[in-house]
Amino acid sequence: MTGELRYVYAVTAPLHASLPADLRGVAGSVPYLVEHAGLAAVAGRVPEADFAEEPLRAHLEDLGWLEETARAHQRVVDALTARTCPLPLRLATVYRDDDGVRRALEEGAEEFHATLRRLAGRVEWGVKVYAQRAPEPAAAPRAAPASGREFLRRRRQEVTARENVLEEAEELGRTLHAALAAEAEEVRTYPAQNPQLSKVPGQNLLNAAYLVPRERSDAFVARVEQLGGHDPAVRVELTGPWAPYSFATSDTGTTGTGTTDTGSTGTETTGTKTTDTQERVHDGAGA
Amino acid sequence: MTAPAPEPYAPRGPVAVDSQQPLARRQVSLVDLLDRLLGTGVVLTGSLTLGIADVDLVRIDLRALISSVNARVPSPWEGGQPL
Repeated sequence: MTGELRYVYAVTAPLHASLPADLRGVAGSVPYLVEHAGLAAVAGRVPEADFAEEPLRAHLEDLGWLEETARAHQRVVDALTARTCPLPLRLATVYRDDDGVRRALEEGAEEFHATLRRLAGRVEWGVKVYAQRAPEPAAAPRAAPASGREFLRRRRQEVTARENVLEEAEELGRTLHAALAAEAEEVRTYPAQNPQLSKVPGQNLLNAAYLVPRERSDAFVARVEQLGGHDPAVRVELTGPWAPYSFATSDTGTTGTGTTDTGSTGTETTGTKTTDTQERVHDGAGA
Repeated sequence: MTAPAPEPYAPRGPVAVDSQQPLARRQVSLVDLLDRLLGTGVVLTGSLTLGIADVDLVRIDLRALISSVNARVPSPWEGGQPL
C-alpha cells in the first residue's frame, strides 16, 4: 500500500484558464487535469494507504477526517466554479490510475456533454426556513396555578400559541418557496434537516435548492431577503452560490414551480453543473 | 465584519447568510456540505476503487448521523401536501 490513487473532483469542459498554483486539494495534493473525449477530469494523486477501499471506509467514519476531506474537495470545486462549469463528483470518487479516469470520461462522454450544456451559466442557491421558537408564553412572573383545571387551561394556551407560530411560519415558508421557484429554472426540495444533527435552533420547514442563471443571482438573493428577511416567525438561511450539485444528475431536477422529489438521492450517472460565481462571497471557504 | 486574511488559496466558495444576522457571512456548515457532497453530485460507475455499494454504505451510516432525514418532520412541500 505504498502507491498512489487518483481522486477525481469534477468533470468539466477543457479548461482554458489554469488552476491557481497554490491550490491544494484532498490529501494536500495539487489538482491536475486528465483530458479525454473533449472533457477534462480534475484529479489529484492521493496515497493508496488512505484511499484504498478499506482505509477509506474507516476514514469516512471519522468526522474530523471527513470534514477535512470534504472541505478540500469543495475548495477545488470552488476554484473550478470560478473558471468554468464543473460537474462535481460524489465525494471520494477514486480510480487506480489516469487510464481509469479516461475510461470513465469515455463512457460518460455523451451525458457529460449534454449535462454541461444544460447547466452552463447556472448556479445553485440553497434556502432553508426554520420556525422560530415561540416566544415563551407569559414567561413573566405568574402565580402558580390555583388548581389542576387552571394548570390545564394554561397548558392549552401555551400549546395554541406555539401552533399559531408554527402555522404562520409554514405559511411564510410556502409563500417564499413558491416565489423562489418562480424565479428558478429548476427546484429540488430536500427532507428537513434534523435539528439535533444540524445543531441549529428551530424546526426546519423548508430545505430546498434552486437552479438560477448566474446573471439572475442578485435578483434571486434580493427576493429571498425581501420575502424572508423580516418576519420574526421564521429564520431564513441562504447558502450559495454552489456549483449546481443538486441538478447534476439528469433525473434530479424538475422544472417549474413547486415540489420536486425529495428523498433518496439517486445513484445515477452524470451530471453537470456550472458556474462561476463571483458575487456574494467574502469569506474564504477555508477554515 | 472583515474578511479573514486569505489562506494560501481562498477560492470564493458558497457562504451562508442568515436572516437573523444578515450581515454575517459564514462558512457553510458541515451538514450542508455533506448533504451535497454525499447526497448529490455525479456518481461514476466503472473502475472505481470505492464501488457504488460502498458509497451507499457510507451514506447510510452518515445519514443516520448527519444528513437530514427526519421522518417525523416531512417537508410540507413534498407532494404538495401541507403538513
